[in-house]
Amino acid sequence: MAKIIAGIGTSHIPAIGVAIDFGKSGEAYWQPFFKGIVPAREWMAKTQPDVCLIVYNDHASAFSLETIPTFAIGVAPEFPPADEGFGPRQVPVVQGHSELAWHLAESLILAEFDMTLINKMPVDHGLTVPLSILYGQPPAWPCRVVPLCVNVIQYPQPTGNRCYQLGKAIRRAVESFPEDLTVAVFGTGGMSHQLQGERAGLVNVAFDQRWLDNLVNDPEAITSIGHTKYLREAGSEGIELIMWLIMRGALQANVREIYRFTHVPVSNTHYGLTLLENAAQD
Amino acid sequence: MREPRDYDDIPGTYVFDGEHSRKGYDLNMFCMSLNQAENREKFREDEASYLNRYRITPEQKQAVLDRDWLELLRLGGNIYYTFKIAAYDGLTMQHVGAGMSGTGMTVEEFRQMMLDGGRSVAGNLSKQEQQHG
Repeated sequence: MAKIIAGIGTSHIPAIGVAIDFGKSGEAYWQPFFKGIVPAREWMAKTQPDVCLIVYNDHASAFSLETIPTFAIGVAPEFPPADEGFGPRQVPVVQGHSELAWHLAESLILAEFDMTLINKMPVDHGLTVPLSILYGQPPAWPCRVVPLCVNVIQYPQPTGNRCYQLGKAIRRAVESFPEDLTVAVFGTGGMSHQLQGERAGLVNVAFDQRWLDNLVNDPEAITSIGHTKYLREAGSEGIELIMWLIMRGALQANVREIYRFTHVPVSNTHYGLTLLENAAQD
Repeated sequence: MREPRDYDDIPGTYVFDGEHSRKGYDLNMFCMSLNQAENREKFREDEASYLNRYRITPEQKQAVLDRDWLELLRLGGNIYYTFKIAAYDGLTMQHVGAGMSGTGMTVEEFRQMMLDGGRSVAGNLSKQEQQHG
């Protein structure tokens, strides 16, 4: 049977992709960041999940205001990198896991999570930057990927609690897939940042650290945080953190935090990374 | 007009809700068109006439031509969409962030603010709080 072996929380800042693609990682600005993610790459090389289920959001690439799915799952065999306005990133095409994705879709919809099913979906930095952070620049991504795309741009976004419950349903769905597969779940985006308006550049390290502590040890304490609190305290784009709750919901109640790294600034944000493993059988 | 919302109290923040989205739909869809290289070329040839293909208001059109980042938000723009104009111009999110600060901040000052830990939440969490000190 398939099983979830790890959870990864990471921001998906496009500038990280640019730094990797254009060989800027040695620059003074980038050194602390690239040093900070080394243990995550080492851990990933040891962990070697067969499939990464990546919870991310599209940034006006595959979707526009024409269609705004709240939760969408990519069921295609592959997903090309998107042109975000300056040509697609020169990274490998993302190989999907169509059978697992369809199994998840069926299981989730029957569990009353009404997923949108996507067969054609270019994937933007929201999905490819986390892969680059964990894997560097391989000729092909060493895992298959199930993309799970969440609307975090158009208010109202799904609630944190709904995301957490979806994570739990994902765990049940993965564990009922008959093939022996190891699955890592990524929650991406965040942490505090605001790209827009007079408050652009807002960072709230205290909020983020408290939130991360809770994510690890007491996630139910943060599932009730509402939209306005995220928008106010984590910044208008910091609400992306709800996607980490899907990842956390997919893990067991007790987890071990293998590694945490945060850094200000990466572009206009507080970068955050956490690696979680299930602590014991529930 | 919609009824007041609790997030209206957040300073310097344009929550992209239904009202905002309705107002900015065509503006944002113009921005979306810049994802395609051939449209970027047409926009480059003649910005004003390219904009005329979209049912945007004269104010929205002017804000695009002026690259008035804050005004674009006020007129229904969403930052992920309006940023496509900035990317087309070869600008970074720091340029746009400085431009939206509304204080005449330069991009160097904005970058320095980020290096110093970002914009502080102190005094920036609530309009009500700002008024009552």
